[in-house]
Amino acid sequence: MRKYFVDKNGRYGSFGGQYIPELLMRPMQELEAAFKDILKDKKFQKNFNFILKTYAGRPTPLTEVKRFVQAIGGKARVFLKREDLLHTGAHKINNALGQCLLARETGKKRIVAETGAGQHGVATATACAYLGLDCVVYMGSIDMKRQAPNVLKMKLLGAKVVGVYTGSKTLKDAINEAFRDYAENYESTHYCLGSALGPHPYPEMVRFFQSMIGEETKKQSLKLFEKNPDAIIACVGGGSNAIGIFSPFIEAKKVRLIGVEAGGRSDKIGEHAARFHGGNPGVLHGCHSYLLQDENGQVAPTHSVSAGLDYPSVGPLHAKLFEQGRAVYSSVKDEEAVEALKLLSSTEGIIPALESSHAVAYLMKEIKNFKKNDCIVVNLSGRGDKDLPQLFENNLLNGGGKE
Amino acid sequence: MNRIGKIFKQGPAFVGYITAGHRGLDYSIEAALALIEGGVNILEVGVPFSDPIADGPVIQNASNHSLRIGINIFDVLELIKKIRCRTETPIVLFSYFNPILQVDKKGIYRLAKECGVDGILVVDLPLEESELHIKKCKDNSIAPIFIIAPSTKTERIKLIDNSGRGFLYYACRSGTTGMRHFLPSGFARKMKNIKKETHLPVVAGFGISTKEDAEEVIKHADGFVVGSFFVNAIENGAAPEELKELAKKIDPRLQTID
Repeated sequence: MRKYFVDKNGRYGSFGGQYIPELLMRPMQELEAAFKDILKDKKFQKNFNFILKTYAGRPTPLTEVKRFVQAIGGKARVFLKREDLLHTGAHKINNALGQCLLARETGKKRIVAETGAGQHGVATATACAYLGLDCVVYMGSIDMKRQAPNVLKMKLLGAKVVGVYTGSKTLKDAINEAFRDYAENYESTHYCLGSALGPHPYPEMVRFFQSMIGEETKKQSLKLFEKNPDAIIACVGGGSNAIGIFSPFIEAKKVRLIGVEAGGRSDKIGEHAARFHGGNPGVLHGCHSYLLQDENGQVAPTHSVSAGLDYPSVGPLHAKLFEQGRAVYSSVKDEEAVEALKLLSSTEGIIPALESSHAVAYLMKEIKNFKKNDCIVVNLSGRGDKDLPQLFENNLLNGGGKE
Repeated sequence: MNRIGKIFKQGPAFVGYITAGHRGLDYSIEAALALIEGGVNILEVGVPFSDPIADGPVIQNASNHSLRIGINIFDVLELIKKIRCRTETPIVLFSYFNPILQVDKKGIYRLAKECGVDGILVVDLPLEESELHIKKCKDNSIAPIFIIAPSTKTERIKLIDNSGRGFLYYACRSGTTGMRHFLPSGFARKMKNIKKETHLPVVAGFGISTKEDAEEVIKHADGFVVGSFFVNAIENGAAPEELKELAKKIDPRLQTID
């Protein structure tokens, strides 16, 4: 399997790159060098894997969901990759532990992070508590409201949570603030970016720190159904859980890779976050990728019921896979994701995060297109506890999940 | 013939920044001309952007204001054209990359030249990503202007100096744009090192808001840059006449002329 997907210029085809102020070039070059070092460093890898096993709870199981498949009238076999069972409840802990370990290795004492749904913030705060690092998390004020339980958790974990009141007051603006903090403090601070986006080397580094999801899936698939999955479905915000599970299968061309974006309320610009269905290539946060924007290059507002998918750009490797046709990208609407959350909860006793519910909802819509012997893996990237207050408040959980 | 080159022959440059459309395009014309009357002899005109990661609150706010009234890069160039009708002062277009990238196919570099732009500085386009940009600038006789930061190593300073034209901008501190009270420690030493490695004139700025700082800067650099200080005054409702006075007040070169 390939270790490195990015070229020497920090690009995936025409996507990626380092569109950042001159000030940040040296920190990025130093980070790239440190990342390349740990790729070769057996001791680091061993330590990382040990922590993933004994602290984060890896490997996560593949769970077959027969009652759910029956409820949606499917014939295929469906398995969930249970990242929701990880410590802190989502895949984000993989990357947070990886980057914080790397930061400690390079002598950084302070970590800044952005967060949308709060999962990356909680994961980073957790990794910092575990590794003895200072932690500051930037979070849009709208997200602080809709993901209140995670704000409390981060504070309990000893992180400082800074509300961001500029722009759209969501993930994008939290990233802006984290970059500004980093520009001021890069000598003492590592910016622990939470998704496979941003300037090189972040997309590749985050992909690497999430690729165990796909590697485990590969081994488990062979054990459980004696072949690679026929299809893998994952939600795509920035796209780190998706690229983590996709990347070990990119060269296994028979495996269908399906990313699911947030379709939001409608197809109108501003009401969704489906970059591959309304965006075009542009530059945001240091990276050339698909971007929701107006004709003058101003970044468009986005909407999703799920804070973690509510972002106008997408990881550059996804942009390449999209243009190559190696992966397909679809989208589901807010209400379809909520329905999926309810149905999976009531049929399987698994409450998925609203983000992951998008992947589940895609399967509900498309199950008829899968054959009897198909084995499908859905990456259940996180658990839904954090979403419940918001869903209760908006009265979205009425009626249970049974059809 | 080259407006930027001429300025540096006359002595230290006074670079002043405004965000285009901040308090309206008509006001921007008056503000620009007032700053020039007050001593600014290189004008930087900022294109508003929705996600200005290199800017602090003052310029973010100006940018937002300008976007709210619908200013796009074509409006900015139209503004520059109007300023150009009334002055020969060099004008530098100051932008993030995406607003340029998205209208590139409409011949934005040629249009910029026609409107009287002398140089273009793209905040988030480091040397490694600049090949096409430099080519398009040069094809249209526009100077690609680059930033040097405190983190820039000596070898890289030389590379940037080789690729840039017009002048270099030493953004002399870490962090984002905004008014500060003192120059960072080691400024003189760092500046000396930069001057040793470069052939282009080097202006310095990032936070200058007093005459004392400006005076210290031009002891070592070929000019000083004032941005947030003016933008803040504009935000607070300064009339063009007041901007002119502010420019005079911060300009350390006046003493030497006496």
